[in-house]
Order: sequence, then C-alpha cells, then structure tokens
Amino acid sequence: MTLRRTIPADVRPIISSALVISVAVGVFAVSFGVVSVASGASVMQTCALSLFVFTGASQFSAVSVIAAGGSVASALGGALLLAARNGVYGLSLAPTLRGSLGKQLLAAHFVIDETTALASAHEDMRLRRWAFWACGISLYTFWNIGTLIGALIGNSIDPKTFGLDAAFPVVFTAMIVPHLRTRNGRRAALFGAVAAVALAPFLPVGLPILIATFGILFGVSPDQSETEPT
Amino acid sequence: MSWWLVILLAFGAYGSKVLGVVVLGERQLSPVLQRCLVLIPAALLGALIAKDTFTTVQDFSIDARLAGLIVAIGATWKKVPLVLVIALGVGSTALVRALA
Repeated sequence: MTLRRTIPADVRPIISSALVISVAVGVFAVSFGVVSVASGASVMQTCALSLFVFTGASQFSAVSVIAAGGSVASALGGALLLAARNGVYGLSLAPTLRGSLGKQLLAAHFVIDETTALASAHEDMRLRRWAFWACGISLYTFWNIGTLIGALIGNSIDPKTFGLDAAFPVVFTAMIVPHLRTRNGRRAALFGAVAAVALAPFLPVGLPILIATFGILFGVSPDQSETEPT
Repeated sequence: MSWWLVILLAFGAYGSKVLGVVVLGERQLSPVLQRCLVLIPAALLGALIAKDTFTTVQDFSIDARLAGLIVAIGATWKKVPLVLVIALGVGSTALVRALA
C-alpha cells in the first residue's frame, strides 16, 4: 500500500492510537446525539453543536442544564467555563502548533482533552505535531458522524425507558477521573458537588453550577500532592 | 433549545481555544492562576454529576439514576473502557426503573 510507505514507521503507532481513541469517542458522540435531542434540541442544533463547539464536556453540560429547565444564560455560563480549559491546553500546545496564522486558527479548533493528551505524550516536536493532527482530524470526523447517528436515533425513542437520563452523570463520572488525581482536584470536585445540590432549591436552575466554580479557589494554595507520582 | 445558545457557545468555545493558541501563545500565566484554572473541570464536573443524579429541576430527589451513577463509579474504578461505562450505567438505570 502506498499509504503505508508514505507514512514514516515511527508515526504509524501514533495514527493507530488516534484511530482507536476516535472510534471510542464516536460511540460516545452517539450518546451525546441521543440525549441532546431528548433534551429538546433539534437534529440540526445537535449537529451544529458538535461541528462548531467541538468540546464534549461543554456540549453535554449545556444540554444537561437545558434539560433541567435552566435558562440560556446559565447553560452558556457553565459550558463556557468548561471550555476555558481548552485555552489552557492551547497555551501548552502553542510551541507545537507554530506556523501561519491560518494554520493556527484551524489547529485551535482541534485543541481539546484528547488531542492535548496524545500530543503531550511525545517529547519530539515532529511526533507531537503528527499526534495532534492525526488525533484532531480523526476525532472530528468520528465525533460528528456519531452525533448525527445519535440525534437520528434519539428522535425515535423514549430516553427514560432506556435510562438515558442517567447518561449525564455517568459520562461526567468517566470524565472527572483524571481531575481527581491531585488533592486540590478532589477538594474542588467535592465543593462543586455539595454546592450544586445544596443551592438547587434556592436558586434558578443552572446558577448553582456556576457558583460551584468557586471551588477553583482551592488552587490558590500550592498542592503538595501534585509532586506525588501518579 | 434556542439557536442563541448554539451560536454563542460556538463562538465562546472557539474563542477560548484561539485565546490559548494564538493570542496568548507562548506567554506564561502566573502559577496561582494556572493552578486555579486547571481545577475548573473538577469543580464543574463534580457539580454536574451531583445535579444530574440528585435533583429534578429544583427539587432534591433520589431515583433510578443513582443506580446508574454507582455502577458507573464502580466500572470507572475497574478501568472499564468509556463506552462500556456508559452502557453499564445507562443499562442499570433502565433496569432499576423497569423493576420498580
């Protein structure tokens, strides 16, 4: 195969891991499509979220606040705060993504958890770039195909019968794990959880989620546990 | 759902990505700010998990979703692949609801 010959040997394992991650994320996207439509978004809106927002946690969070009856402002607030971490990833990826402005603007759209993780796994700049672009392009493709399939399925089933309302906490549980490795991460998560439930009866839907963000102030003091091996 | 949410979220999410890669680029943030920013997902996801399991609109409630959460925590603990975690969590909620 010519493709096999044109791809350098040290890049091949990177491309196969990018594809494996993308297939898994594609199935994950199906669940996003289903719950998004079930929460009142149209198929078009659901697909637009995956095409143009392209950051899973924010998409799930926005849809989850809307499903609970929250306002656009509160759904937007939480989702944007979650999206802010991609800005931090962008900072750490900037040396890897040097190039023309056009190329940087395109690369920016692919700066998410998975591409950052895969690119950061390599020391060599060339391999970092391969990992970033391979993961970004394949993830984007699978994420959007999965979303469309999910949105079409979601239109024709009753989500509660299949337990799909539990998809939100289940997905967020899987997502939060890497953030619980440090003590400050665990403190922030616990603070957020308590704030969200304790304030729910007294404030408009969505607002407790924003107040939960004050948990990041645990970061003001240095975390001894961050130096521990993980 | 409002199209405004889709449009504003698309601009905002892309904006923070561009801010990191293009605008701030290779500048250094202060260590305190960095330590706080990395905690955003922990605080927000913690809040979302609690809200989506224990509240219905504004009321505190315990229902079949709790079963899904417990199974998901167990499965994540056992390092089960993400797709299977979702299937097990959603499936057990559906099962508990069907039996109740």
